[in-house]
Amino acid sequence: MLRDTWVLFRHGVRVTLQQRVGIVFGAIQPLLFLVLFGPIFTTFGTWETLVPGLMIQLGLLSMALAGLGVVFERRTGALERLRVTPASRLALLLGRVLNNAVTLVVQLMLLLVVAFALGLRVPVGGLVAGIALVVVLGVSLAALSYAIALTMNEQLFAPMMSTAVIPLILLSGSFLPMSMAPRWLDALSRVSPFRYVLEAVRDLFHGRYLTGTVAAGVAVTAVFAVFGLAVGTRVFNRENA
Amino acid sequence: MIATSSLRKTFDGGVEAVKGVDITVEAGEIVGFLGPNGAGKTTTMRMLTTLLTPTSGTAAVAGHDLLADPREVRRRIGYVAQGSALLPSAPLKAELELQAMLYGLGRREAAARIADVLARLELTGLETRIPAVLSGGQRRRFDIAFALLHDPDLIVLDEPTTGLDPQSRANLWDHIRALRAERGMTVFLTTHYLDEADALCDRLLIIDHGRIVAEGTPAELKAGGRTLDDVFLDITGRSLREEVGA
Repeated sequence: MLRDTWVLFRHGVRVTLQQRVGIVFGAIQPLLFLVLFGPIFTTFGTWETLVPGLMIQLGLLSMALAGLGVVFERRTGALERLRVTPASRLALLLGRVLNNAVTLVVQLMLLLVVAFALGLRVPVGGLVAGIALVVVLGVSLAALSYAIALTMNEQLFAPMMSTAVIPLILLSGSFLPMSMAPRWLDALSRVSPFRYVLEAVRDLFHGRYLTGTVAAGVAVTAVFAVFGLAVGTRVFNRENA
Repeated sequence: MIATSSLRKTFDGGVEAVKGVDITVEAGEIVGFLGPNGAGKTTTMRMLTTLLTPTSGTAAVAGHDLLADPREVRRRIGYVAQGSALLPSAPLKAELELQAMLYGLGRREAAARIADVLARLELTGLETRIPAVLSGGQRRRFDIAFALLHDPDLIVLDEPTTGLDPQSRANLWDHIRALRAERGMTVFLTTHYLDEADALCDRLLIIDHGRIVAEGTPAELKAGGRTLDDVFLDITGRSLREEVGA
Protein backbone atom coordinates (compact mmCIF):
# COMPACT_ATOMS: atom_id res chain seq x y z
CA MET A 1 0.00 0.00 0.00
CA LEU A 2 2.85 2.41 0.80
CA ARG A 3 4.36 1.94 -2.65
CA ASP A 4 1.02 2.54 -4.37
CA THR A 5 0.45 5.65 -2.24
CA TRP A 6 3.90 6.94 -3.19
CA VAL A 7 3.34 6.21 -6.90
CA LEU A 8 0.00 8.04 -6.88
CA PHE A 9 1.40 10.92 -4.80
CA ARG A 10 4.34 11.40 -7.17
CA HIS A 11 2.04 11.31 -10.18
CA GLY A 12 -0.30 13.83 -8.53
CA VAL A 13 2.57 16.21 -7.71
CA ARG A 14 3.79 15.95 -11.29
CA VAL A 15 0.34 16.86 -12.61
CA THR A 16 -0.06 19.67 -10.05
CA LEU A 17 3.31 21.17 -10.96
CA GLN A 18 2.25 21.25 -14.60
CA GLN A 19 -0.63 23.47 -13.49
CA ARG A 20 1.32 25.95 -11.37
CA VAL A 21 -1.11 28.74 -12.19
CA GLY A 22 -3.83 26.67 -10.50
CA ILE A 23 -1.87 26.65 -7.22
CA VAL A 24 -1.57 30.44 -7.23
CA PHE A 25 -5.17 30.87 -8.34
CA GLY A 26 -6.33 28.68 -5.43
CA ALA A 27 -4.67 31.11 -3.00
CA ILE A 28 -5.86 34.27 -4.70
CA GLN A 29 -8.86 35.05 -2.45
CA PRO A 30 -6.96 34.95 0.86
CA LEU A 31 -4.13 36.89 -0.81
CA LEU A 32 -6.58 39.60 -1.88
CA PHE A 33 -7.99 39.78 1.65
CA LEU A 34 -4.45 40.00 2.99
CA VAL A 35 -3.40 42.83 0.69
CA LEU A 36 -6.66 44.79 0.39
CA PHE A 37 -8.31 44.14 3.77
CA GLY A 38 -5.22 43.55 5.94
CA PRO A 39 -4.10 47.20 6.08
CA ILE A 40 -7.59 48.22 7.28
CA PHE A 41 -7.79 45.40 9.81
CA THR A 42 -4.43 46.29 11.31
CA THR A 43 -5.64 49.76 12.21
CA PHE A 44 -7.53 48.09 15.08
CA GLY A 45 -6.15 44.50 15.07
CA THR A 46 -2.87 42.74 14.39
CA TRP A 47 -1.44 40.70 11.50
CA GLU A 48 -1.01 37.84 13.99
CA THR A 49 -4.79 37.79 14.46
CA LEU A 50 -5.75 38.22 10.79
CA VAL A 51 -3.29 35.87 9.07
CA PRO A 52 -4.37 32.68 10.93
CA GLY A 53 -7.92 33.47 9.76
CA LEU A 54 -6.74 33.76 6.18
CA MET A 55 -4.83 30.47 6.56
CA ILE A 56 -8.07 28.75 7.62
CA GLN A 57 -9.89 30.46 4.75
CA LEU A 58 -7.24 29.16 2.36
CA GLY A 59 -7.45 25.64 3.78
CA LEU A 60 -11.23 25.60 3.44
CA LEU A 61 -11.39 27.11 -0.04
CA SER A 62 -8.56 25.05 -1.45
CA MET A 63 -9.39 21.67 0.09
CA ALA A 64 -13.20 21.64 0.15
CA LEU A 65 -13.24 21.46 -3.63
CA ALA A 66 -10.50 18.81 -3.86
CA GLY A 67 -13.21 16.30 -4.76
CA LEU A 68 -13.82 18.04 -8.08
CA GLY A 69 -10.88 16.15 -9.60
CA VAL A 70 -12.35 12.83 -8.64
CA VAL A 71 -15.76 13.85 -10.02
CA PHE A 72 -14.10 14.33 -13.38
CA GLU A 73 -12.15 11.06 -13.09
CA ARG A 74 -15.33 9.18 -12.25
CA ARG A 75 -17.23 10.76 -15.14
CA THR A 76 -14.55 9.82 -17.68
CA GLY A 77 -14.03 6.32 -16.28
CA ALA A 78 -10.40 7.07 -15.36
CA LEU A 79 -11.12 6.31 -11.68
CA GLU A 80 -12.55 2.91 -12.61
CA ARG A 81 -9.42 2.22 -14.67
CA LEU A 82 -7.39 2.69 -11.50
CA ARG A 83 -9.81 0.63 -9.43
CA VAL A 84 -9.22 -2.48 -11.57
CA THR A 85 -5.49 -2.37 -10.85
CA PRO A 86 -4.25 -4.29 -7.80
CA ALA A 87 -3.52 -0.97 -6.06
CA SER A 88 -5.10 -0.68 -2.62
CA ARG A 89 -8.22 1.47 -2.59
CA LEU A 90 -6.85 3.27 0.47
CA ALA A 91 -3.74 4.17 -1.55
CA LEU A 92 -5.99 5.72 -4.21
CA LEU A 93 -7.23 8.10 -1.49
CA LEU A 94 -3.97 8.68 0.39
CA GLY A 95 -1.97 9.42 -2.76
CA ARG A 96 -4.42 12.18 -3.62
CA VAL A 97 -4.63 13.55 -0.08
CA LEU A 98 -0.85 13.77 0.26
CA ASN A 99 -0.69 15.68 -3.00
CA ASN A 100 -3.35 18.05 -1.61
CA ALA A 101 -1.15 18.54 1.46
CA VAL A 102 1.79 19.62 -0.69
CA THR A 103 -0.42 22.02 -2.65
CA LEU A 104 -1.74 23.53 0.58
CA VAL A 105 1.75 23.94 2.05
CA VAL A 106 2.90 25.78 -1.09
CA GLN A 107 -0.16 28.04 -0.98
CA LEU A 108 0.33 28.74 2.73
CA MET A 109 3.97 29.64 2.10
CA LEU A 110 2.90 32.06 -0.59
CA LEU A 111 0.41 33.68 1.77
CA LEU A 112 2.89 33.84 4.63
CA VAL A 113 5.67 35.34 2.53
CA VAL A 114 3.37 38.21 1.53
CA ALA A 115 2.12 38.49 5.13
CA PHE A 116 5.69 38.77 6.42
CA ALA A 117 6.38 41.45 3.86
CA LEU A 118 3.37 43.38 5.17
CA GLY A 119 4.40 43.13 8.80
CA LEU A 120 3.51 39.71 10.27
CA ARG A 121 5.94 38.66 13.00
CA VAL A 122 5.62 35.15 14.45
CA PRO A 123 7.90 32.90 16.53
CA VAL A 124 9.28 30.00 14.45
CA GLY A 125 7.78 27.34 16.73
CA GLY A 126 4.35 28.93 16.54
CA LEU A 127 4.62 29.30 12.78
CA VAL A 128 5.54 25.64 12.22
CA ALA A 129 2.87 24.36 14.63
CA GLY A 130 0.25 26.66 13.08
CA ILE A 131 1.03 25.48 9.54
CA ALA A 132 0.93 21.85 10.72
CA LEU A 133 -2.52 22.30 12.25
CA VAL A 134 -3.94 23.97 9.15
CA VAL A 135 -2.44 21.34 6.84
CA VAL A 136 -3.83 18.42 8.87
CA LEU A 137 -7.21 20.14 8.97
CA GLY A 138 -7.02 20.81 5.22
CA VAL A 139 -6.15 17.27 4.17
CA SER A 140 -8.89 15.87 6.41
CA LEU A 141 -11.30 18.18 4.65
CA ALA A 142 -9.92 17.02 1.29
CA ALA A 143 -10.55 13.37 2.24
CA LEU A 144 -14.10 14.32 3.21
CA SER A 145 -14.47 16.25 -0.03
CA TYR A 146 -13.51 13.12 -2.03
CA ALA A 147 -16.05 11.08 -0.08
CA ILE A 148 -18.79 13.63 -0.72
CA ALA A 149 -17.85 13.87 -4.41
CA LEU A 150 -18.17 10.10 -4.80
CA THR A 151 -21.51 9.84 -3.07
CA MET A 152 -23.51 12.83 -4.23
CA ASN A 153 -24.89 13.99 -7.57
CA GLU A 154 -21.83 15.24 -9.45
CA GLN A 155 -23.68 18.26 -10.82
CA LEU A 156 -24.41 19.45 -7.29
CA PHE A 157 -20.97 18.91 -5.83
CA ALA A 158 -19.25 22.17 -6.84
CA PRO A 159 -22.16 24.53 -6.07
CA MET A 160 -22.92 22.79 -2.78
CA MET A 161 -19.34 22.76 -1.53
CA SER A 162 -18.57 26.34 -2.56
CA THR A 163 -21.76 27.48 -0.82
CA ALA A 164 -21.06 25.44 2.33
CA VAL A 165 -17.57 26.88 2.65
CA ILE A 166 -18.72 30.49 3.07
CA PRO A 167 -20.63 30.06 6.38
CA LEU A 168 -17.86 27.78 7.64
CA ILE A 169 -15.30 30.52 7.00
CA LEU A 170 -17.45 33.22 8.57
CA LEU A 171 -18.35 31.07 11.60
CA SER A 172 -14.72 30.18 12.21
CA GLY A 173 -14.01 33.85 12.91
CA SER A 174 -11.57 34.15 10.03
CA PHE A 175 -12.01 37.89 9.58
CA LEU A 176 -12.90 39.00 13.08
CA PRO A 177 -12.61 37.04 16.35
CA MET A 178 -15.95 35.49 17.32
CA SER A 179 -15.55 36.99 20.80
CA MET A 180 -16.75 40.22 19.13
CA ALA A 181 -19.93 38.52 17.84
CA PRO A 182 -23.38 38.65 19.50
CA ARG A 183 -24.01 35.80 21.89
CA TRP A 184 -26.18 33.75 19.50
CA LEU A 185 -23.61 33.95 16.72
CA ASP A 186 -20.80 33.15 19.13
CA ALA A 187 -22.76 30.07 20.30
CA LEU A 188 -23.46 28.99 16.72
CA SER A 189 -19.81 29.28 15.75
CA ARG A 190 -18.87 26.79 18.47
CA VAL A 191 -20.47 24.08 16.34
CA SER A 192 -17.79 24.61 13.69
CA PRO A 193 -14.55 22.72 14.31
CA PHE A 194 -12.67 25.37 12.36
CA ARG A 195 -13.18 27.97 15.10
CA TYR A 196 -11.20 25.88 17.60
CA VAL A 197 -8.36 25.32 15.16
CA LEU A 198 -8.26 28.99 14.22
CA GLU A 199 -8.14 30.13 17.85
CA ALA A 200 -5.35 27.64 18.49
CA VAL A 201 -3.33 28.98 15.53
CA ARG A 202 -3.84 32.56 16.80
CA ASP A 203 -2.46 31.53 20.20
CA LEU A 204 0.49 29.78 18.54
CA PHE A 205 1.22 32.86 16.42
CA HIS A 206 1.31 34.93 19.58
CA GLY A 207 3.83 32.52 21.11
CA ARG A 208 1.33 30.99 23.56
CA TYR A 209 1.88 27.24 23.26
CA LEU A 210 0.62 25.56 26.42
CA THR A 211 -2.91 26.91 26.62
CA GLY A 212 -6.32 25.30 26.79
CA THR A 213 -7.15 26.91 23.45
CA VAL A 214 -4.18 25.23 21.76
CA ALA A 215 -5.07 21.89 23.38
CA ALA A 216 -8.66 22.22 22.16
CA GLY A 217 -7.48 23.10 18.65
CA VAL A 218 -5.12 20.13 18.50
CA ALA A 219 -7.81 17.78 19.82
CA VAL A 220 -10.43 19.03 17.35
CA THR A 221 -7.95 18.74 14.47
CA ALA A 222 -7.07 15.17 15.48
CA VAL A 223 -10.74 14.14 15.74
CA PHE A 224 -11.53 15.81 12.41
CA ALA A 225 -8.56 14.05 10.78
CA VAL A 226 -9.66 10.63 12.01
CA PHE A 227 -13.24 11.35 10.92
CA GLY A 228 -12.30 12.69 7.46
CA LEU A 229 -9.88 9.87 6.66
CA ALA A 230 -12.25 7.20 8.01
CA VAL A 231 -15.14 8.45 5.88
CA GLY A 232 -12.89 8.88 2.83
CA THR A 233 -11.47 5.37 3.19
CA ARG A 234 -14.91 3.86 3.65
CA VAL A 235 -16.24 5.50 0.50
CA PHE A 236 -13.17 4.67 -1.61
CA ASN A 237 -13.44 1.03 -0.49
CA ARG A 238 -17.10 0.86 -1.32
CA GLU A 239 -18.14 -0.84 -4.53
CA ASN A 240 -19.37 1.47 -7.25
CA ALA A 241 -17.66 4.49 -5.66
CA MET B 1 -10.07 -18.84 -17.40
CA ILE B 2 -13.57 -17.85 -16.22
CA ALA B 3 -15.84 -20.22 -14.32
CA THR B 4 -18.95 -18.92 -12.58
CA SER B 5 -21.69 -20.80 -10.84
CA SER B 6 -25.10 -19.28 -10.07
CA LEU B 7 -23.58 -15.78 -10.09
CA ARG B 8 -26.21 -13.29 -9.00
CA LYS B 9 -26.41 -9.54 -8.42
CA THR B 10 -29.30 -7.72 -6.80
CA PHE B 11 -28.91 -3.96 -6.40
CA ASP B 12 -30.21 -1.86 -3.50
CA GLY B 13 -33.87 -1.32 -4.23
CA GLY B 14 -34.35 -4.92 -5.28
CA VAL B 15 -33.38 -4.71 -8.96
CA GLU B 16 -32.19 -8.21 -9.85
CA ALA B 17 -29.75 -7.49 -12.68
CA VAL B 18 -28.11 -10.91 -12.90
CA LYS B 19 -30.14 -13.94 -11.84
CA GLY B 20 -27.67 -16.76 -11.41
CA VAL B 21 -25.44 -17.19 -14.45
CA ASP B 22 -23.07 -20.05 -15.18
CA ILE B 23 -20.25 -19.02 -17.51
CA THR B 24 -17.25 -21.03 -18.61
CA VAL B 25 -14.51 -19.52 -20.75
CA GLU B 26 -11.47 -21.62 -21.59
CA ALA B 27 -7.95 -20.23 -21.87
CA GLY B 28 -7.23 -18.81 -25.32
CA GLU B 29 -10.86 -18.43 -26.35
CA ILE B 30 -12.47 -15.30 -27.73
CA VAL B 31 -15.97 -15.32 -26.28
CA GLY B 32 -18.71 -12.81 -27.11
CA PHE B 33 -21.24 -11.90 -24.45
CA LEU B 34 -24.35 -10.58 -26.18
CA GLY B 35 -27.65 -9.22 -24.98
CA PRO B 36 -30.04 -6.29 -25.28
CA ASN B 37 -29.60 -3.13 -23.19
CA GLY B 38 -30.22 -3.87 -19.52
CA ALA B 39 -29.86 -7.64 -20.00
CA GLY B 40 -27.09 -7.87 -17.37
CA LYS B 41 -23.95 -7.82 -19.54
CA THR B 42 -22.16 -4.92 -17.92
CA THR B 43 -23.18 -5.96 -14.40
CA THR B 44 -21.74 -9.43 -15.06
CA MET B 45 -18.54 -7.93 -16.45
CA ARG B 46 -18.20 -5.59 -13.50
CA MET B 47 -18.54 -8.56 -11.14
CA LEU B 48 -15.92 -10.53 -13.08
CA THR B 49 -13.51 -7.58 -12.88
CA THR B 50 -14.07 -7.10 -9.10
CA LEU B 51 -15.79 -3.73 -9.52
CA LEU B 52 -19.03 -5.14 -8.12
CA THR B 53 -19.48 -7.75 -5.41
CA PRO B 54 -21.83 -10.57 -6.35
CA THR B 55 -24.89 -10.99 -4.14
CA SER B 56 -24.45 -14.78 -4.31
CA GLY B 57 -22.81 -17.51 -6.34
CA THR B 58 -19.17 -18.31 -6.97
CA ALA B 59 -16.66 -17.32 -9.61
CA ALA B 60 -13.05 -18.04 -10.40
CA VAL B 61 -11.28 -15.70 -12.79
CA ALA B 62 -7.74 -16.35 -14.06
CA GLY B 63 -7.37 -19.09 -11.48
CA HIS B 64 -8.39 -17.05 -8.45
CA ASP B 65 -11.57 -16.85 -6.46
CA LEU B 66 -13.33 -13.57 -7.11
CA LEU B 67 -14.46 -13.01 -3.53
CA ALA B 68 -11.53 -14.48 -1.63
CA ASP B 69 -8.73 -13.08 -3.77
CA PRO B 70 -9.88 -10.01 -5.74
CA ARG B 71 -6.42 -8.41 -5.88
CA GLU B 72 -4.91 -11.51 -7.51
CA VAL B 73 -7.76 -11.48 -10.02
CA ARG B 74 -7.00 -7.80 -10.81
CA ARG B 75 -3.32 -8.61 -11.26
CA ARG B 76 -4.16 -11.10 -14.01
CA ILE B 77 -6.89 -9.38 -15.98
CA GLY B 78 -7.19 -6.29 -18.11
CA TYR B 79 -10.48 -4.42 -18.35
CA VAL B 80 -11.66 -1.94 -20.96
CA ALA B 81 -14.89 -0.28 -19.88
CA GLN B 82 -17.69 1.08 -22.06
CA GLY B 83 -16.62 4.44 -23.44
CA SER B 84 -13.11 5.84 -23.23
CA ALA B 85 -11.56 6.01 -19.75
CA LEU B 86 -8.99 8.64 -20.67
CA LEU B 87 -8.84 12.08 -19.08
CA PRO B 88 -9.12 14.38 -22.13
CA SER B 89 -6.27 16.70 -21.17
CA ALA B 90 -3.99 14.36 -19.21
CA PRO B 91 -0.68 13.57 -20.94
CA LEU B 92 -0.92 9.92 -21.98
CA LYS B 93 2.69 9.03 -21.24
CA ALA B 94 2.38 9.98 -17.57
CA GLU B 95 -0.95 8.16 -17.28
CA LEU B 96 0.52 5.01 -18.87
CA GLU B 97 3.48 5.12 -16.48
CA LEU B 98 1.15 5.50 -13.50
CA GLN B 99 -1.00 2.58 -14.61
CA ALA B 100 2.04 0.35 -15.22
CA MET B 101 3.53 1.15 -11.83
CA LEU B 102 0.24 0.43 -10.07
CA TYR B 103 0.52 -3.04 -11.57
CA GLY B 104 3.84 -3.35 -9.74
CA LEU B 105 6.19 -2.68 -12.65
CA GLY B 106 9.43 -0.85 -11.98
CA ARG B 107 10.36 2.29 -13.90
CA ARG B 108 12.48 0.58 -16.58
CA GLU B 109 10.17 -2.39 -16.93
CA ALA B 110 7.23 0.00 -17.28
CA ALA B 111 8.98 1.99 -20.00
CA ALA B 112 9.76 -1.19 -21.94
CA ARG B 113 6.21 -2.53 -21.59
CA ILE B 114 4.69 0.79 -22.65
CA ALA B 115 6.91 0.88 -25.75
CA ASP B 116 6.02 -2.71 -26.59
CA VAL B 117 2.26 -2.29 -26.14
CA LEU B 118 2.18 0.98 -28.07
CA ALA B 119 4.10 -0.60 -30.95
CA ARG B 120 1.74 -3.59 -30.94
CA LEU B 121 -1.30 -1.28 -31.16
CA GLU B 122 0.30 1.11 -33.69
CA LEU B 123 0.29 3.98 -31.23
CA THR B 124 4.01 4.73 -30.99
CA GLY B 125 4.65 8.47 -30.84
CA LEU B 126 1.08 9.36 -29.89
CA GLU B 127 1.77 8.97 -26.16
CA THR B 128 3.26 12.46 -26.08
CA ARG B 129 -0.15 13.91 -26.95
CA ILE B 130 -3.34 14.29 -24.94
CA PRO B 131 -6.47 12.20 -25.64
CA ALA B 132 -8.50 15.26 -26.71
CA VAL B 133 -6.53 15.52 -29.95
CA LEU B 134 -6.75 11.83 -30.89
CA SER B 135 -9.31 10.08 -33.11
CA GLY B 136 -11.95 7.78 -31.62
CA GLY B 137 -10.09 4.71 -32.88
CA GLN B 138 -6.79 5.89 -31.39
CA ARG B 139 -8.43 6.64 -28.04
CA ARG B 140 -9.98 3.17 -27.96
CA ARG B 141 -6.64 1.56 -28.76
CA PHE B 142 -5.10 3.55 -25.92
CA ASP B 143 -7.83 2.19 -23.64
CA ILE B 144 -6.74 -1.29 -24.67
CA ALA B 145 -3.08 -0.34 -24.24
CA PHE B 146 -3.79 0.59 -20.59
CA ALA B 147 -5.36 -2.82 -20.06
CA LEU B 148 -2.40 -4.68 -21.59
CA LEU B 149 0.48 -3.01 -19.71
CA HIS B 150 0.81 -5.82 -17.16
CA ASP B 151 0.53 -8.58 -19.79
CA PRO B 152 -2.72 -10.05 -18.45
CA ASP B 153 -3.95 -13.59 -19.11
CA LEU B 154 -7.49 -12.37 -19.78
CA ILE B 155 -8.80 -9.16 -21.27
CA VAL B 156 -12.41 -8.10 -20.70
CA LEU B 157 -13.73 -5.64 -23.28
CA ASP B 158 -17.08 -3.90 -22.79
CA GLU B 159 -18.33 -2.75 -26.19
CA PRO B 160 -14.84 -1.95 -27.49
CA THR B 161 -15.92 -0.81 -30.95
CA THR B 162 -19.04 1.23 -30.17
CA GLY B 163 -18.92 4.55 -31.99
CA LEU B 164 -15.98 3.65 -34.24
CA ASP B 165 -16.00 3.89 -38.02
CA PRO B 166 -15.75 0.63 -40.04
CA GLN B 167 -12.01 1.06 -40.64
CA SER B 168 -11.27 1.55 -36.94
CA ARG B 169 -13.50 -1.39 -36.04
CA ALA B 170 -11.74 -3.69 -38.51
CA ASN B 171 -8.38 -2.49 -37.22
CA LEU B 172 -9.41 -3.22 -33.64
CA TRP B 173 -10.59 -6.71 -34.61
CA ASP B 174 -7.14 -7.40 -36.10
CA HIS B 175 -5.51 -6.30 -32.87
CA ILE B 176 -7.80 -8.48 -30.78
CA ARG B 177 -7.11 -11.50 -32.99
CA ALA B 178 -3.37 -10.80 -32.74
CA LEU B 179 -3.53 -10.79 -28.93
CA ARG B 180 -4.83 -14.33 -29.01
CA ALA B 181 -2.57 -15.51 -31.83
CA GLU B 182 0.66 -14.06 -30.44
CA ARG B 183 0.06 -14.17 -26.72
CA GLY B 184 -2.59 -16.84 -26.30
CA MET B 185 -4.64 -14.23 -24.48
CA THR B 186 -8.24 -15.03 -23.55
CA VAL B 187 -10.75 -12.40 -24.64
CA PHE B 188 -14.23 -11.89 -23.17
CA LEU B 189 -16.14 -9.10 -24.87
CA THR B 190 -19.56 -7.57 -25.24
CA THR B 191 -20.80 -5.96 -28.40
CA HIS B 192 -24.04 -4.83 -30.01
CA TYR B 193 -22.58 -5.47 -33.47
CA LEU B 194 -23.60 -9.01 -34.33
CA ASP B 195 -21.41 -9.07 -37.46
CA GLU B 196 -18.49 -8.34 -35.17
CA ALA B 197 -19.44 -11.15 -32.81
CA ASP B 198 -19.80 -13.48 -35.78
CA ALA B 199 -16.45 -12.56 -37.30
CA LEU B 200 -14.41 -12.36 -34.13
CA CYS B 201 -15.67 -14.85 -31.56
CA ASP B 202 -15.14 -18.57 -31.14
CA ARG B 203 -18.20 -18.84 -28.99
CA LEU B 204 -21.15 -16.67 -28.02
CA LEU B 205 -23.22 -16.37 -24.85
CA ILE B 206 -26.54 -14.55 -25.02
CA ILE B 207 -27.91 -13.08 -21.81
CA ASP B 208 -31.40 -11.66 -21.35
CA HIS B 209 -33.27 -10.57 -18.23
CA GLY B 210 -30.23 -11.60 -16.18
CA ARG B 211 -30.09 -15.19 -17.45
CA ILE B 212 -28.00 -16.95 -20.11
CA VAL B 213 -30.57 -17.87 -22.74
CA ALA B 214 -28.37 -19.27 -25.51
CA GLU B 215 -24.82 -20.45 -25.99
CA GLY B 216 -22.79 -21.90 -28.86
CA THR B 217 -20.41 -21.18 -31.68
CA PRO B 218 -21.63 -18.65 -34.25
CA ALA B 219 -22.11 -21.55 -36.69
CA GLU B 220 -24.19 -23.53 -34.18
CA LEU B 221 -26.39 -20.55 -33.38
CA LYS B 222 -26.93 -19.82 -37.09
CA ALA B 223 -27.91 -23.42 -37.90
CA GLY B 224 -30.64 -23.61 -40.54
CA GLY B 225 -29.28 -20.73 -42.61
CA ARG B 226 -30.48 -17.97 -40.31
CA THR B 227 -28.48 -14.80 -39.65
CA LEU B 228 -27.17 -14.00 -36.19
CA ASP B 229 -29.53 -11.01 -36.12
CA ASP B 230 -32.52 -13.33 -36.66
CA VAL B 231 -31.32 -15.69 -33.95
CA PHE B 232 -30.72 -12.84 -31.52
CA LEU B 233 -34.15 -11.29 -32.08
CA ASP B 234 -35.91 -14.67 -31.89
CA ILE B 235 -34.27 -15.36 -28.54
CA THR B 236 -34.51 -11.92 -26.94
CA GLY B 237 -37.67 -10.59 -28.63
CA ARG B 238 -38.29 -7.31 -30.40
CA SER B 239 -39.49 -5.10 -27.52
CA LEU B 240 -37.31 -2.11 -26.71
CA ARG B 241 -35.21 -2.27 -23.54
CA GLU B 242 -33.98 0.31 -21.11
CA GLU B 243 -30.71 0.16 -19.21
CA VAL B 244 -31.01 -0.94 -15.58
CA GLY B 245 -28.46 -1.53 -12.87
CA ALA B 246 -24.78 -0.83 -13.40
